[in-house]
Amino acid sequence: MKKLLIGNEALARGLWEAGCSVISSYPGTPSTEITEFAAKYDEIYCEWAPNEKVALEAAFGASLAGARSACAMKHVGLNVAADPLFTLSYTGVTGGLIICVADDPGMHSSQNEQDSRRYAIASKVPMLEPADSEEAKEYAKIAFEISEQFDTPVMIRMCTRIAHSQSITELSERIDRALTKYEKKPQKYIMMPAYAKLRHPFVEERTVRIAEYAETSPLNKVEYADSSIGIITSGASYQYVKEVFGDKYSVLKLGMVNPISKKLVSDFASKVDRLIVVEELDPVIEEFCKCIGLNVEGKSLFSAIGEFSQTTIAKAFGVCENTSDVKDFPAVPVRPPVMCAGCPHRGMFYTLAKNKITVLGDIGCYTLGAQAPLNALDSTLCMGASVSGLHGFNKAGFDGKCVAVIGDSTFIHSGVTGLINIAYNASNSTVIILDNSITGMTGHQQNPTTGYNIKGDPASKIDLETLCRSIGINRVRVVDPYDLKACDTAVKEETAVDEPSVIISRRPCVLLKTVKPKAPVKVDPDKCRSCKSCMRLGCPAISMKNGNAVIDTTLCVGCGVCNQLCAFDAIN
Amino acid sequence: MKTTNVIISGVGGQGSLLASKLLGRLLVDEGYDVKVSEVHGMSQRGGSVITYVKFGDKVYSPIICENEADFIVSFEKIEAVRWASCLKKDGKIIVNNQEIDPMPVITGVAQYPHDALEELAELGIVPDAIDALSLANEAGSAKAVNIVLMGRLAKYFDIPYEKWLAAIENTVAPKFVEMNKKAFALGYNA
Repeated sequence: MKKLLIGNEALARGLWEAGCSVISSYPGTPSTEITEFAAKYDEIYCEWAPNEKVALEAAFGASLAGARSACAMKHVGLNVAADPLFTLSYTGVTGGLIICVADDPGMHSSQNEQDSRRYAIASKVPMLEPADSEEAKEYAKIAFEISEQFDTPVMIRMCTRIAHSQSITELSERIDRALTKYEKKPQKYIMMPAYAKLRHPFVEERTVRIAEYAETSPLNKVEYADSSIGIITSGASYQYVKEVFGDKYSVLKLGMVNPISKKLVSDFASKVDRLIVVEELDPVIEEFCKCIGLNVEGKSLFSAIGEFSQTTIAKAFGVCENTSDVKDFPAVPVRPPVMCAGCPHRGMFYTLAKNKITVLGDIGCYTLGAQAPLNALDSTLCMGASVSGLHGFNKAGFDGKCVAVIGDSTFIHSGVTGLINIAYNASNSTVIILDNSITGMTGHQQNPTTGYNIKGDPASKIDLETLCRSIGINRVRVVDPYDLKACDTAVKEETAVDEPSVIISRRPCVLLKTVKPKAPVKVDPDKCRSCKSCMRLGCPAISMKNGNAVIDTTLCVGCGVCNQLCAFDAIN
Repeated sequence: MKTTNVIISGVGGQGSLLASKLLGRLLVDEGYDVKVSEVHGMSQRGGSVITYVKFGDKVYSPIICENEADFIVSFEKIEAVRWASCLKKDGKIIVNNQEIDPMPVITGVAQYPHDALEELAELGIVPDAIDALSLANEAGSAKAVNIVLMGRLAKYFDIPYEKWLAAIENTVAPKFVEMNKKAFALGYNA
C-alpha cells in the first residue's frame, strides 16, 4: 500500500516494520513526530523521557536486554545525549539500536545550526541520511541490520525538509522478532579503563569494516551521466541537485554519510573531470575528499549557512533562470510568531517588564516573550541555562533585580539540576517556573509534571512545590499569571528577600483541549480613552482601530488580563 | 508531465495543513508523484505559514522557489503578497481577502497595506480574490475557509469535481463532510 507520509512518520513506520519494540525520546522540532507516530503502534513501547540523555540511556538498556530499540531527538538534543553516545560506541549493542537525530538547517525552530554529522565522526558511529520518506522507512530497517552485524549503535540523520516533507511511501508488514538473549559480558559492557582499552581497538577496526561495507552498499548510489561534472551529495541536497540537473551530470549520492568509503569516492572522482560536493552546513564530505587527496570544490561555491534550495544550486552553477521579471513587489509587514491570545505566560512577562527586571530565559514558547512590545528577555542559550545562568549572574555580583524563567518541561529536562546548584551553593536567585502543564512549543507533549504519559494514560505526577522544597528552596509560592496584582506582589517580594526562591506561575496552556475559553471581552468605545495601556500586553487579539482599542472576538478567550490594565473600566 | 507547483500560505491556526492534506491525498489518488512540505514549530503561534505542494511524473525538491509557483493559494491578503515573487509569469494567485493584523501592525510600528492586492494587479498579477470567510460562515463554520479555497483552486484543475468530493470524504471527520462539501461548492462557484 502506498501512502503520503512525512519523513518522520515514515521513519517511525520503518522502525515498526523492523520489529523495534522500545523507543525513548525527548521532543524537539523537527524530530518530535518520529516518536509520536511510533507511539500509535501497540507493538512498540514508547515514552517521553525527561531529557535526551535519559532517553538514549533507556534505549541502551533496552538494547542490552536484547530488544531492537531507538530514540529520537533534535540536533541540540544530541548535545545532551553526547555522554552516553560516545561510550555506547565502545560497548556496542545486543539488540539493534538507532539514534534518530534531526538537524535544522535554516533554524526554522532552533537556537543554532550545528551539523550532527560531526558527532557521528567524533563518536565513530555510522550515520545514514535519507533523502525522502521512502528512504527514511527503508534506512530504519537497514540501520538495525548494520547495528547488529557490526555491533554498533547507528545514527539516522534527518533534516527539517526530509522530516517534515510528505512523499509517497510503500508500506510493508512488521517482522516480529524475539529478544536477542542477554549474556553477561563484562569486557563488552563495563567501560572501566581496563576493558575500555580493549574496546577502543575494536571501534577503530569496526570503522574500517563499515567503510568497506559502504563501498558496495546499496545505500550509496552512483548515477553515471555526463562526466564533465561529478557531484557528491546526500539527503535534501540530492533532491535539489536532481531538480536542477535531472540526469544530466554524474552523481554520487551518499546514503551513508559516516564512514565514507575512500575507494567509492576515489573511483567516482577518477571518472569525472570536475568534482563538486553539494552539502548543507559543514564541509564534512568535502573535508573527507581533501583528506584523501582529491581535487574538490564545495564551500568555495556553497555557503555553510542556512538551508539550500534548487535555486541555491542553480545560482552556484551559474544556470539560474528563476528570477521574476517583477522586482518591485508591494512591501508587506513581517508576521512573526507570537504568544497566543490568552497565553498564561503573558501576564508574568508583563509583570517582569513593568518592574524592569533582568530576565534570563530558556527554550520554549516563552522565548516569544523576547519580542516587542514586552521585550522581557535578556538571554536564551539552551535547555536549563536560565536557572544555572542566573546563579552565575548573581555570583558575579550583578547589581539589580533578576530572575530566571523556565517552562515546566524544560525545568524537568535540565532546570532542576541548576536549581540544586542555587540551593547548594546558595545564590540569592529567584526562579520562575512557567508551569503551563504541557510541553508547548513542540506541539503539546506530556511530561513528568502533567500526570499523563505519551499515550495519554494517567502517570506519576511530580509535585513541583515539594520538589523545590526538597532541593532546599524554602520560599516556594504559586501564582496565577492571569492575576496581575498577585504576580506583581510575588515578583517584588521574592526578588527582595535575601535567599533563593521559586515562583510557580501556574495556568494551563490555552490551546489545550481541556481548557475551555471564556466569553470574549469587548471594549466600550465610549469609555476607551485611547491610552493604549492594554496594547502593552502584545496580545494578538487587541488592536487600535480609528483611535480606539478593539478586541478580535474570534481570537479572545476572555483571560481578563487586559481588563486589569484599563484604568477607565472600558473592557468588559 | 512537468511538475505543477502550488504554494499554500496563511497565518498559523488558519487550517492550511488540512488543505495541503486534502490536496496531497487527491493527487496521490490521481496517480501523480507528490511532495508536500510544511514547516512546523514556531509557525504554529500565529506566524506566517507556508506549505508547498508539488506533483507530476517525478518530483525531486520538496520546496518552491522564486518564479516557480503555478498557483499561490493564500488564506490572508498580505500572505499572498509576501510570496508573490514565487509566482510564475502565467501563474495564478487565489486569495481570501481577509485581513489579519500581524504584530507590527498591532503595536503600531507598521501599517496594514490595505491596497496591496490592487498594487499587485498594477504589476500585472491579478489575483482571484474571494471572501472565503463569509462563504465559510455561510457553509456553517469559519474554520472551512481552507475548503472554500480548495474549491476555488479546483476550478483551475483538470480533476473531476466528484474526485475532489471523494478526497474531502477521505480527509475530514465524517460529521464535517457535508458542511465541507458545501464550503467547497461555494468556493468553486464564487
